[in-house]
Amino acid sequence: MTSLRIFTIGGAIAYRALFNWVSPWIYIPTLLGGPIFQILFFSYLGRYSGFEDDAFFVVGNGVQICAMTSVYGATMAIANERWFGTLSALLATPASRFALFLGRAVPFIVNGIFVSTFGLVLGWALLDFSPALSSLPALALVLLVTVSSCTAFGLLLGSIGLRARDVFFASNLAYFLMLLFCGVNIPLSDLPGWMGAIGRVLPVTHGIEAARGVAAGEGLGDVATPLLAELGIGAACAVAAYGLFRFFEADSRRRASLETV
Amino acid sequence: MRILRLMLTGWVFTMKTNLRSGFMILTAVIQPVIFASIAFFMFQAGQRSGTLLYAAIGAGLMGIWSTTLFSSGGSLQWWRWQGFLEPLVASPAPFALVLLPATLANATYGMYALGMTLAWGKLAFGIPLTFAHPWLFAVAVPATILSLGLLGFFLASSFVLYRHANALSNMLEYPVWLVTGVLVPLSLLPGWVRPIGWLLAPTWGVRAIRDSALGGDPLPAIGMTLGLGAVYLALGAIFLTYFMRLARERATLSLT
Repeated sequence: MTSLRIFTIGGAIAYRALFNWVSPWIYIPTLLGGPIFQILFFSYLGRYSGFEDDAFFVVGNGVQICAMTSVYGATMAIANERWFGTLSALLATPASRFALFLGRAVPFIVNGIFVSTFGLVLGWALLDFSPALSSLPALALVLLVTVSSCTAFGLLLGSIGLRARDVFFASNLAYFLMLLFCGVNIPLSDLPGWMGAIGRVLPVTHGIEAARGVAAGEGLGDVATPLLAELGIGAACAVAAYGLFRFFEADSRRRASLETV
Repeated sequence: MRILRLMLTGWVFTMKTNLRSGFMILTAVIQPVIFASIAFFMFQAGQRSGTLLYAAIGAGLMGIWSTTLFSSGGSLQWWRWQGFLEPLVASPAPFALVLLPATLANATYGMYALGMTLAWGKLAFGIPLTFAHPWLFAVAVPATILSLGLLGFFLASSFVLYRHANALSNMLEYPVWLVTGVLVPLSLLPGWVRPIGWLLAPTWGVRAIRDSALGGDPLPAIGMTLGLGAVYLALGAIFLTYFMRLARERATLSLT
């Protein structure tokens, strides 16, 4: 019961306390305004460059913008404990680390799905993107898997932030590299082999592939392979994130370096 | 002489600060290379390989705009967080002469972006760096930097009373890339977008740099760039005087 409380109430409080962009004055321009213009920019660049259609860019960027909350937000959910000076107090409690860790992920998954959905709806309203109504449930499932995977990646960066000096540099870099490596704007087949290989082990790449398939009318069975790959990458990130979190906790206690910034 | 010394000191100090900032390195060096690469791959895939120098210049300008936007919008916020905005305002030097060299330095730092995208295009994609009018190119680049620095001054002066200037900066990056035609020609956008672009220095700056690099007459665009810069300077000075007075009256300078 205590763990459930830490998971739900603790997760909600951590979201409100640690997510720098929770105020509507920041949330709306940063998480809704900026990403929409990202979709428009790349869709128009696609039109000018003369390859792929609007749907390719709307789905690619619409799914990837979940990283605004999933990567930046999840990084803040862990790393900000250190920056705000609350990490020692948190780790002095006997709270279940697993419940504490998992509770922080859920708000960002919900948030990421909202941001991506907003982007896809605006893409449908403003650009040449009109998925069939029957594809929406499958698209929602793909989004859930992809956003969860991306959030796990954000938590991994956040865990590194328990030790690294400037983890927000890493989360910024990760966001922009996703645009290049994850098939968001360029199909992996058009990238050099080594870049495609890196993209295939990153979160979001397979999710975007599955989302494009579903939006084009394929069934869930047809996109099972990329969807499972996305799920696997997300699970690997989650395990690595939790493992690093526990390792850095133990190591920081031993070296008395919890508050070092 | 004292004004020149103040301006030079402010410019050097800001440049040194930027050189040590991971975020600024990301914005002015790494991010433009990523965007240039995306544009190169998209243009290659779409059989527009003749436009790679066009893309390199555009991505460089995108980087200069990002650097100007985030650092100029962020300058006041950063000074607030560090607690020295109030001492700076209270000091005998006019605050405009403190802010102006900082925004000019931020735009100058953005030159790394253009240098990086051109070098990256040459090294990784084999783009020939032959400019149609090299001397005019050497004039167009500093004129663009100056004008964007003055645009940064205008933006920063508008952000004095706005607590969430950084969030607004986050939203203004892509729209300005779009409406100024740095990568996507304005002819592809709806007609009502074009007049917005005409008011923004990057529109004329990218045109001046492209015309001098790819061929054309860059002088009208250089003139427009510098003319707009003068307007930004005048408006920024008026806004700054007005908003600083309001902030003093309301005691909201720190906004924390």
